[in-house]
Amino acid sequence: MAVSTTDQRHTERRRRTIHGWLLLSPALIMLTTFAFYPSIATLWASLWSRGTRRNPAEFVGAENYTRLFDDPTFREVAVNNLFYAGVTIPISIILALTMALWANSKIPARAFVRTAYFTPTVLPMIAAANLWLFFYTPGFGVLDQIGALFGAPSVNWLGQPETALWALCVVTIWKESGFYMIFYLAALQTIPEDLREAARIEGASRWTYLRRIVLPLLMPTTIFVLVNALINSVKLIDHLFILTKGGPSDSSKLILYYVWENAFAFFDTPAAAAMTVLMLIILGAGAALQFLVLDRRTHYR
Amino acid sequence: MTRLTTYAEAALAILVALIWIAPLLFAFWAAFHNVSDAINFNLTAPWTMENFATAWDGAPWLRYFLNTFLLVTIVLIGQFILCTLAGFAFAQIEIPYKDTLFLLVLLQLFILPEVLIVENYAMAARLGLLDSILGIGAPYMASAFGIFLMRQTFRSVPKELDEAARVEGCSTLGVLWRVFVPAARPTYLAYALVSVSTHWNNFLWPLIVTNSDTTRPLTVGLSIFAAPENGVNISVISAATVMTIAPLLILFLIFQRRFVQAFLRAGIK
Repeated sequence: MAVSTTDQRHTERRRRTIHGWLLLSPALIMLTTFAFYPSIATLWASLWSRGTRRNPAEFVGAENYTRLFDDPTFREVAVNNLFYAGVTIPISIILALTMALWANSKIPARAFVRTAYFTPTVLPMIAAANLWLFFYTPGFGVLDQIGALFGAPSVNWLGQPETALWALCVVTIWKESGFYMIFYLAALQTIPEDLREAARIEGASRWTYLRRIVLPLLMPTTIFVLVNALINSVKLIDHLFILTKGGPSDSSKLILYYVWENAFAFFDTPAAAAMTVLMLIILGAGAALQFLVLDRRTHYR
Repeated sequence: MTRLTTYAEAALAILVALIWIAPLLFAFWAAFHNVSDAINFNLTAPWTMENFATAWDGAPWLRYFLNTFLLVTIVLIGQFILCTLAGFAFAQIEIPYKDTLFLLVLLQLFILPEVLIVENYAMAARLGLLDSILGIGAPYMASAFGIFLMRQTFRSVPKELDEAARVEGCSTLGVLWRVFVPAARPTYLAYALVSVSTHWNNFLWPLIVTNSDTTRPLTVGLSIFAAPENGVNISVISAATVMTIAPLLILFLIFQRRFVQAFLRAGIK
């Protein structure tokens, strides 16, 4: 009798496990089809030469990578992307924090301010690019018209190498800051009011309170936002299609856009694959950063 | 002195807010005025709907709207089914190597479909999904993020409810459907808002997969319509842009609090 109940429990458990696998399998199949297999296939493709009808693809090892690093366009594109990340990440984060502090303080029209900051988040990047076209167009663009009021000459913001990438950075910062703001806002609202009181009684200035108490408490949020901003600096390229197409003379081209060109315009799949692998490594580093910090955070609690 | 800085700060906050919505305001202004009035900021100029008429005739917008609507619906249904099943399994069922599997799933948070465009295109071609709405949605259906979110939610469902349903004779799927899904309603709502706005706005992958008007979503349609080669003037572009963002923007302004909370719930892990 006792044997049969353990038997029963055993089959019951096995049944549950099988159910578990059945529940997981649709998602695992889709993830394999559109994430895991393509990642491995990309790595594999990056090690083979570009095949033509006459010459089948050959295994070339790291040659695609060396070819990539010898490609002056790729080097320029990589530097552009570093610049894009270096400008958009810190500025968006600082702006987001500032906006959150404002939206969390007792200022008039607070609801309006909060909505205004967040609104760009719900717009498609393509639409955002169209909106900004109206700002950047030389001659009748809003920026030129404002400049003209002060007697400044007309500037072709999107048409000259010195300003094109900056113009893209501005759009990205505008689009993303409000999104990051809400995470800071949520974190700020969890900071107990007594801390501020205590700091005031101790005679700490607002700045000291911010620097010594608020910022350290916001650290997990900052890491989260940082990783998100890093991801966006790799993947957010939609506005290039409208505003600059990477030009003039590649001065505003970013890696993912160059991947797209290589794959779907120049049909140089090995080069596209090698670049994709590099991007995956960067994103992997971001993942590692977040997992490490997430781990620490759980220890805190 | 402190009073003064407080006022100055409030003024600055409002100024930044105005700058932040300025691009939208200019687009609205331009959309309702003819080009020369729009670019000269002729404030007394008459309002017109002509740009909308021109834009509307310039592209199959109704089809684009329908495609986008179908796309966000298909993606959402797919995500709900796949993520509910997987999230439930991860939260409630003992499976060997579950933690390793879960970590593998989380990896997908960083292997973005946007980055894998080349191989995903090859995969979509192999599966015969090119130039189809299902093809646009397929890579996003098994969302690691969705699985994570559902797992977290299902974990917080009290064990007693689960056991009670089981004693009543519910099957595994019955328990999931009768106990867990209803308990997770707020998470579904939040996830739906984030998913719909993400896929309403998505551009790069749809651009690559589609090549005809019968499948193109709004974003791709808009980018083609507004391309400089088309020589459409800024007022008409503004009208088209306003048209495409209006549904989501209005939804956002009405359900603002919900939206913000949804993004928060979705983001904080």
